[in-house]
Amino acid sequence: MNSLIPLLIAAPLAGAALLLLGGRALDRFGHWIATALAALSCAFGLVLFFDMLGRDTEHRAVTTRLFSWIPVNGFQADVSFQLDQLSIVFVLLITGVGTLIHLYSVGYMAHDERRRRFFAYLNLFLAAMLILVLADNYLLLYVGWEGVGLASYLLIGFWQHKPSAATAAKKAFIVNRVGDLGLSIAIMLMFAEFGSFAFHPVFSAAGDATEGKLTAIGLMLLLAACGKSAQVPLQSWLGDAMEGPTPVSALIHAATMVTAGVYLITRSSAIFDLAPDAQTAVVVVGAVTLLFGAIVGCAKDDIKKALAGSTMSQIGYMIMAAGLGPVGYAFAIMHLVTHGFFKAGLFLGAGSVMHGMNDEVNMRHYGGLRKYMPWTFWTFMAGYAAIIGFPFLSGFFSKDKIIEAALAKGGTEGWILGGCALLGAAVTAFYMTRVVLLTFFGEKRWQPDAEGNEPHPHESPKTMVIPMVVLTFGSLFAGGLFSLGDSFLNFLEPVTGFEEGHSPLNALTVSAIATVCMAAGVGLAWLMYGRSPVPVKPPVGSLLTRAARRDLLQDDFNHAVLVRPGSALAATLVWFDSKGLDGFVNGLAAAIGGLSGRLRRIQTGYVRTYALSMFGGTLVLVASTLLMRSV
Amino acid sequence: MSYLLSATCAVPAVGAVVTAALPAGTGEARRRTTKAVALGFSVATLGLAAAIAASFQPGGARYQLTESYSWIRSFGIDFSLGADGIGTVLALLTAVLVPLVMLAGWHDADPSAPEGTFESKRRTQGFFALILAVEAMVLVSFLATDVFVFYVFFEAMLIPMYFLIGGFGDRAGGPDSARQRSYAAVKFLLYNLLGGLVMLAAVIGLYVVASDQGLATFSLPALTDAISSGKLVIDPTAQRALFLGFFFAFAVKAPLWPLHTWLPKAMGESTAGTAVLITAVVDKVGTFAMLRFCLGLFPDASKTFAPAILVLSLIGIVYGALVAIGQKDIKRLVAYASISHFGFIIMGIFAMTSQGQSGATLYMVNHGISTAAWMLVAGFLISRRGSRLIADYGGVQKVAPVLAGTFLIGGLATLSLPGLAPFVSEFLVLVGTFTRYPVIGIIATFGIVLAALYSLMLYQRTMTGPVKASVTGMPDLKARELAVVAPLVALTVLLGVYPQPLTRMVDPAVNDTLSQIHRTDPAPAHPVAATTGGEQK
Repeated sequence: MNSLIPLLIAAPLAGAALLLLGGRALDRFGHWIATALAALSCAFGLVLFFDMLGRDTEHRAVTTRLFSWIPVNGFQADVSFQLDQLSIVFVLLITGVGTLIHLYSVGYMAHDERRRRFFAYLNLFLAAMLILVLADNYLLLYVGWEGVGLASYLLIGFWQHKPSAATAAKKAFIVNRVGDLGLSIAIMLMFAEFGSFAFHPVFSAAGDATEGKLTAIGLMLLLAACGKSAQVPLQSWLGDAMEGPTPVSALIHAATMVTAGVYLITRSSAIFDLAPDAQTAVVVVGAVTLLFGAIVGCAKDDIKKALAGSTMSQIGYMIMAAGLGPVGYAFAIMHLVTHGFFKAGLFLGAGSVMHGMNDEVNMRHYGGLRKYMPWTFWTFMAGYAAIIGFPFLSGFFSKDKIIEAALAKGGTEGWILGGCALLGAAVTAFYMTRVVLLTFFGEKRWQPDAEGNEPHPHESPKTMVIPMVVLTFGSLFAGGLFSLGDSFLNFLEPVTGFEEGHSPLNALTVSAIATVCMAAGVGLAWLMYGRSPVPVKPPVGSLLTRAARRDLLQDDFNHAVLVRPGSALAATLVWFDSKGLDGFVNGLAAAIGGLSGRLRRIQTGYVRTYALSMFGGTLVLVASTLLMRSV
Repeated sequence: MSYLLSATCAVPAVGAVVTAALPAGTGEARRRTTKAVALGFSVATLGLAAAIAASFQPGGARYQLTESYSWIRSFGIDFSLGADGIGTVLALLTAVLVPLVMLAGWHDADPSAPEGTFESKRRTQGFFALILAVEAMVLVSFLATDVFVFYVFFEAMLIPMYFLIGGFGDRAGGPDSARQRSYAAVKFLLYNLLGGLVMLAAVIGLYVVASDQGLATFSLPALTDAISSGKLVIDPTAQRALFLGFFFAFAVKAPLWPLHTWLPKAMGESTAGTAVLITAVVDKVGTFAMLRFCLGLFPDASKTFAPAILVLSLIGIVYGALVAIGQKDIKRLVAYASISHFGFIIMGIFAMTSQGQSGATLYMVNHGISTAAWMLVAGFLISRRGSRLIADYGGVQKVAPVLAGTFLIGGLATLSLPGLAPFVSEFLVLVGTFTRYPVIGIIATFGIVLAALYSLMLYQRTMTGPVKASVTGMPDLKARELAVVAPLVALTVLLGVYPQPLTRMVDPAVNDTLSQIHRTDPAPAHPVAATTGGEQK
């Protein structure tokens, strides 16, 4: 059975290789090969899952070692996989949502001449993401970690004839590299401390290390998580990443890859649990980002960028929960899974809307679309209700648990964190209601596209609708199902540990407050966007709105602090290299050249001069010999 | 006694003579014969180098397949060869790259190519003969176990390199390209000759010191054994002076910051193939020699100077990458990226840990392969448009997707993407440096962000965006060009996933080097027994 684990990864990897090397011959049906391989991988995942359920709790985690990867004296890195309760949750999410999005893309990318390449990259992404969650050591995890970064780079920049797409792709990779710096250093710290970076040995020896070292490792892992999961301060790439085709945004930049940071922190619980300062940093990053993303989400008129702000914010919830320790790990993962369903569904809905509206993304140019795209509308509404935490839908269960865990932190901290989470819930309801009202309700504000074509909104083909419908079930019922008898928690507990939190408010009160917050957000949005017609031209807006439209000035900040001084430094060094260093070398050469020129002039060719100098030389020699003797 | 090593060095040497002597003429058929003959010799050399690697016993003696012929008896100079793990993998790298460089430069010496300073009816013969001559000399350098023999060939390879740089350029040269090229060649020659002269003095000095103590030999194993066991004692001042004499020559060739300014000039003005010979093959002799000669012969001085050298290599890593970011010329960008990478190699050597030195050796191989891929594809691109300026390109991806794809893979290898070969070596170097010098290790890690910047910026500016008028109709890679790139890409992936064949050969030589200099790896603070298995040593 363990041999299925490598096959799980090999299927999409083979698909990627086949489609990239196969050439034009595969143009006609390559996308179906990729989809089939994704489905195959998903089937393997299900087999492994049921196999795992058949074993008792102690024997659920299995490892399988393929070969020794980098064996150097004293350094041992293996290609070795570990499948436990935490990784199987990711495997099912990745391959399940992945397969649906492959199917959706068959319709969405039908008219793209480079469709084969697109599917190759999607398969590559699946393989890398599976390596990330199945690796049994940090160095192999790193391969998956940067592998998904590569897939993300290739897919954001898929329409690379657009300069904006190419720039966004590069930005995503570079910002992620800053995060990867953290992962690199964390692995080096582990190696210097423990002589290993494999999960099991490191976690079992973590208790021996000093708290300072563990805090350092924890902070470096947090830096990595910030990059991949678009958390403050490395959040700036996610909004631009929406340049990629919408299925990519759904799969990579909403449901799976961007949650890798949550996985990393949860997986490293043994380290974080012993490093409270690092945990505090995680919590702060999560809380700040959940508000940051939510504020940005309120101001964006681009439907995908509004959803991207939302993704950032929701992952902020998960990171915060993970930072709370055993009280929160399982709920972080639970929210991650339900978010995977409803956010993927929302993005697919957004893609469906764009598909019917000549690729228009500005919500101020939508309006009244519910009549024209009923399937899209209803599935979108399900995702909407789930994300705002409408009672008894998926988001309601997973988000309330996080709010409770935050409050359970206790004291002022607990109130601040809980308050942030509740405020976030209200803002979430606001911006999501705004998206729904602008898109599906109100009057038509449709505009012709650049070539002057009037939009003719229509429902999308079946390959696109079916995945949206399937995800709707997840959005509606997953949270409830997971909460039945705490099944999800009990399943994960052996890996993540669990500690009952002691919230100052009981669960019912928390739910009630959260629901009131949600209702307030919905109501405010209706007052602003539902009651009266929405202007096509955005109003000037308050200072905060204008800042939020510019992503709270993140790019301005990065530009002023990093990009401009960096380019100036590079330009200075280029000048220094040619004028300073090389100039010095040339000057030295010229000086030597000049000296030899002068020496040459002494060689006049007159025998008597030579004779004279020889005589002089001999004289010096004789004199010095005499002098030496006499000493 | 086996003759495998001398045969491996002799075949390209004979090939050079034969190729040079082939009948002159500018006819297409004549040229094709010349090229085929030269390629044949280089492929035969590859076969022999593979035979060396195949017969090398990782668990055996440090130097294997040894040969020795008396040369200058009065000074104890023998023409002696021996293969250790490090020399073997580098010889193999050389033998792999030379045929590919020839294929890539198939038309670089055709009469239609730009007028160079090396004008004659034997132009094609000359070009390919020079490449084979360089190969022969590099191979001797990697396999020589006699200090004097090494020195002679280390210096001698400058002559064919000088003619390759000065005589043959790419299509992108401007009106004064011949002048620029000869300037680059002279700069290369003078810089390296200066280094060589200093080294010659140190080689003689070493002989004087050793023969004073009754060890009148240039044999490297004899000298290192005597030094390591305390039979030969060089007093600290002399040792430091001799070390610096050797090191200066190697640091010019490697090149180490701030002795690097000849490299961008030489790589920029010569053909892409010659640039690969410089950065991927000839420069490796410098880093290789630091590891073998500086450490083995002068262990105490090496330790004394290690911190200073580490700082210089760290500056090189960051400086090279930053200057690469600011480049406008594709080939110069690759050259500065190489300077950054040489910083990593030298850092790994002087961190004096198993991971650092194994990593440095792998780095030499992996940098050779990945830079060859990147540079040769850049050369194909430049030959199509006739410009080296980044700004003259844009949107190539649309018209030549395979060219763009392979260029991207070369760039990703250069930025050490995990899964590709350079990642393995770069991470080993970083980890090996970090365990002994944490601060230097951490600063060096910032190099990975800078590498992503210069590499992806180059790709973005040349390959993406709207198709520029000047690149419309640009043909995609031809079969010959694919044949050059495909093996390099395959090796980059293979050695990234399964580097074991190399580590197994390199590891024993590194352990031997470390024990010669009496250095052990820093032990982890709280060691755990690795449960993931593997060969625990």
